[in-house]
Amino acid sequence: MAGLTPASLTADAPAPAVAAPRKNRPTSPWQEAWRRFRRHRLAVASGVVLLLLIAAVTLGPFIWPVAINEIDFTAKLQGPSWAHPLGTDDLGQDLLARLIYGGRISLAVGLAAMVVAVVVGVVVGALAGMSAGWVDAALMWLTDLFLALPLLPLLLLLMYLFRDHFKRLFGVEGGAFILIVVVIGGLRWMQVARLVRAQFLSLREKEFVEAARALGASKLRLVVGHILPNALGPVIVAGTIDVAAAIIAESTLSFLGLGFPSDIPTWGSVLRDAKDYLDIAPHWALFPGAAIFLAVITINFMGDGLRDALDPRRVL
Amino acid sequence: MAEPLLDIRDLKTWFKTDDGMVRAVDGVSLHIDRGETLGVVGESGCGKTVTARSVLKLIDMPPGRFEAGQILWQGRDLIPLDETEMNKIRAREIAIIFQEPMTSLNPVYTVGDQIAEVIELHQKLSRKQAMVGAADMLKLVNIPNPQRRVHDYPHQFSGGMRQRVMIAMALSCQPKLLIADEPTTALDVTIQAQILELMQEMKERFGMAIMLITHAMGVVAETTQRVVVMYAGKVVEEASVEALFGDPRHPYTQGLIRSIPRVDRSAGRQARLESIPGSVPSLLDPPPGCRFASRCRYVMPACTQAIPPLKEVAPGHKVACIL
Amino acid sequence: MSKMEATKDGALLSVSDLRKHFAVKGGVLSRVVDKVHAVDGVSFDIAAGETLGLVGESGCGKSTTGRCILRLIEPSSGEIWFEGADVTKMDATALRALRRDMQIIFQDPYASLNPRLTVGAIVGEALTIHNLVKSRRAHEERVVQLLETVGLQADHMRRFPHEFSGGQRQRIGIARALAVEPKLIVCDEPVSALDVSIQAQVINLLEDLQEQFGLTYLFIAHDLSVVEHISTRIAVMYLGRVVEIAPARDLYDTPLHPYSEALLSAVPIPDPTVKRQRIMLQGDVPNPINPPSGCHFHTRCPIAKPDCATRVPELRESRPGHWVSCHYRG
Repeated sequence: MAGLTPASLTADAPAPAVAAPRKNRPTSPWQEAWRRFRRHRLAVASGVVLLLLIAAVTLGPFIWPVAINEIDFTAKLQGPSWAHPLGTDDLGQDLLARLIYGGRISLAVGLAAMVVAVVVGVVVGALAGMSAGWVDAALMWLTDLFLALPLLPLLLLLMYLFRDHFKRLFGVEGGAFILIVVVIGGLRWMQVARLVRAQFLSLREKEFVEAARALGASKLRLVVGHILPNALGPVIVAGTIDVAAAIIAESTLSFLGLGFPSDIPTWGSVLRDAKDYLDIAPHWALFPGAAIFLAVITINFMGDGLRDALDPRRVL
Repeated sequence: MAEPLLDIRDLKTWFKTDDGMVRAVDGVSLHIDRGETLGVVGESGCGKTVTARSVLKLIDMPPGRFEAGQILWQGRDLIPLDETEMNKIRAREIAIIFQEPMTSLNPVYTVGDQIAEVIELHQKLSRKQAMVGAADMLKLVNIPNPQRRVHDYPHQFSGGMRQRVMIAMALSCQPKLLIADEPTTALDVTIQAQILELMQEMKERFGMAIMLITHAMGVVAETTQRVVVMYAGKVVEEASVEALFGDPRHPYTQGLIRSIPRVDRSAGRQARLESIPGSVPSLLDPPPGCRFASRCRYVMPACTQAIPPLKEVAPGHKVACIL
Repeated sequence: MSKMEATKDGALLSVSDLRKHFAVKGGVLSRVVDKVHAVDGVSFDIAAGETLGLVGESGCGKSTTGRCILRLIEPSSGEIWFEGADVTKMDATALRALRRDMQIIFQDPYASLNPRLTVGAIVGEALTIHNLVKSRRAHEERVVQLLETVGLQADHMRRFPHEFSGGQRQRIGIARALAVEPKLIVCDEPVSALDVSIQAQVINLLEDLQEQFGLTYLFIAHDLSVVEHISTRIAVMYLGRVVEIAPARDLYDTPLHPYSEALLSAVPIPDPTVKRQRIMLQGDVPNPINPPSGCHFHTRCPIAKPDCATRVPELRESRPGHWVSCHYRG
């Protein structure tokens, strides 16, 4: 209605009407979101730290070309020094090198598990959201079923049952990696599915989707061209949370001995090895712990920033 | 007539936003006398709602602020008052009803509770007495079965009924001024007619003044006595309703009146509606000089240099234009 | 394939006893407990080149009718004849082809444009869907042409909807509808959400386009002043049924149905010197889930008689071109 005013007592500042587009360059909603994200100083700072972390683990081996499994009993359990900036473990292996290597794995697992969870979640959620009736009901029943499963015990059980099998198929590292990613991702897609379904249910009724139908758009075009791009906001936020959760899950698994095997360092497995030496060599546990903490907290802060930046109420 | 009931003098309510300072209300002066109905008319973004909310200080103060001006209620400036003092004025002296009654009423409380709450707060009655008062108010606004409906929830009422409930709430303490912010815009036209008639009835019964904010010229013509036309945060014309429609002086008012199709014009079908080209300028960075200059058909170089002041061109008829 | 076959009586669009019920689900097993009779037996014709106004208050079913015509909502029963074919019986292929002949403009300029697409993409989408242009260059040229037709500029193509005002967005929506060169456009409250001075701009635009392209409009609105201005004929709806159809001027000069009379008298006139006798209707619009029996209007009708509650009035031609559905009027 013309002259529509918000009725709540805490009215937002009235939006100034613009005669012509006020910026010289067209700004897409994504660019606007980026602008809003930049204003969250904590999120931006976290983003920077995370980028440094990623740079460290990818470029690290070139800057610090020390072997991860060079055993040197003379240097065992040493604290930080020039030769070993993060100290050594009980076999004299350099911790910095191990953590760099382990970081790659931990972050890769986090990212890959998130991708699995998001892809499965989007497909399930989109199917459920687009079709009414029994398909939706069946998919939601499946989702609820998965949600009811106890995650950690199931994670452990699956790892225990299938680890050797995958090791034979894909090799030690590859097998462990794939299994962990599939298992973690496969147990985290439900939240994404629910989010996507909720978004689809509401977006389906929007007039611009109706307009596309009126133009003769096929269902596929509606989903891919109109609904999905507008549904992605909350999914991206959920995705960042999934990365953090996956990193913790992998660390937990490795800590409990059911993740990657001993000789492959990940942050969780290093932590596991270090736990018996906490009083003698606390640095051994401190650094991987700090690394996990840093990764997770920066991702979570970024997630907060993204949530505000991508708030669908602002964009639509 | 003594001093006006409400006298807004050069009010400036600005909002700090990420893009800059939005000058929603930028030097607005108007007054309402006891018992009269003043129409405040303008299109979206002109500042009429912000003006109304400023009177009751319902603006969120972190982004919003009173940059300048006074709001004199019976001679007393409301701007410096704190919340406790303002709460004595709200509902008891000045009441407000909004456009969308569904969002103005709390959905989890019965309407009886909500009206009774107002009565309890301001008249120091017990809950039981207040509920009786609430049922009386519902009866007053012609809601059938008031004793029973006082226990119903807002969603059980239709749009028109909810607006009546809002009016009942607003009138429960018999205020001297009722601010109605687009009270009928969201309603069907037959219900609108009912609500406007109800407001007129209430006004006569309680001797209230009404500040009716709307963008609908038809409503203004039928219910108000004096009109203030706002554009881009400023008042551009003020006149009695007959003078405004009979002899509009400001080019914006003229354009507005001419762009409305009329149901009753029996002189054949109008060939084309006159429209005002362009659109409202940004309130972030208002142009110097007259804000209507970019859309005015009579624009002259002098228009863009200085803001024309509101001057009286006939008794009670003020215009902000150099013509 | 010739599309020049005439439909019933030569009308471009002919709606016959259209009904749409929405099921209300309730109870533990989500059974259908009730039905909303949104459209309850609507019939009218639209001749090529004319504008039929469809007016009524909220809940009368006018928007639902508009959407049923395009089969954006599936009708429950009834027939919709467009150029010799029954729209309600069309399969997916025929329906897709129909989209090139019938289009729609929406009410809300903020919700009817995809915020993530550029204006060019929005306007040009139909060209892609229906393969209407052969090259990229032709596509771009056509989009520019459409934008200029509605009063926008070529460089607006790359911008996004949120950068435009309500009136401009509505123009974008119009350009989008014009892309397929339709014959009929359903205008669903196209100016209700706009400021008064912008309403006039858009109405003028719609009228110009009608003349330029020989368009036919079904103009749905609740603002009677606007409808009277733009329509050739007007149909008044109440609670899912048509109560009166007449040429615009006749409806306003001599409304026959008591509801039309009340509706017209309730419209505020922007002229303080005009004093009118208002016909006040009591009460609210009844619930479309449980509409009153017989004539739907009898509960609020000032001239209701006992048999109005038992017999449904027929839509009869009372005067040439002026149809009324009332036992005692016309």
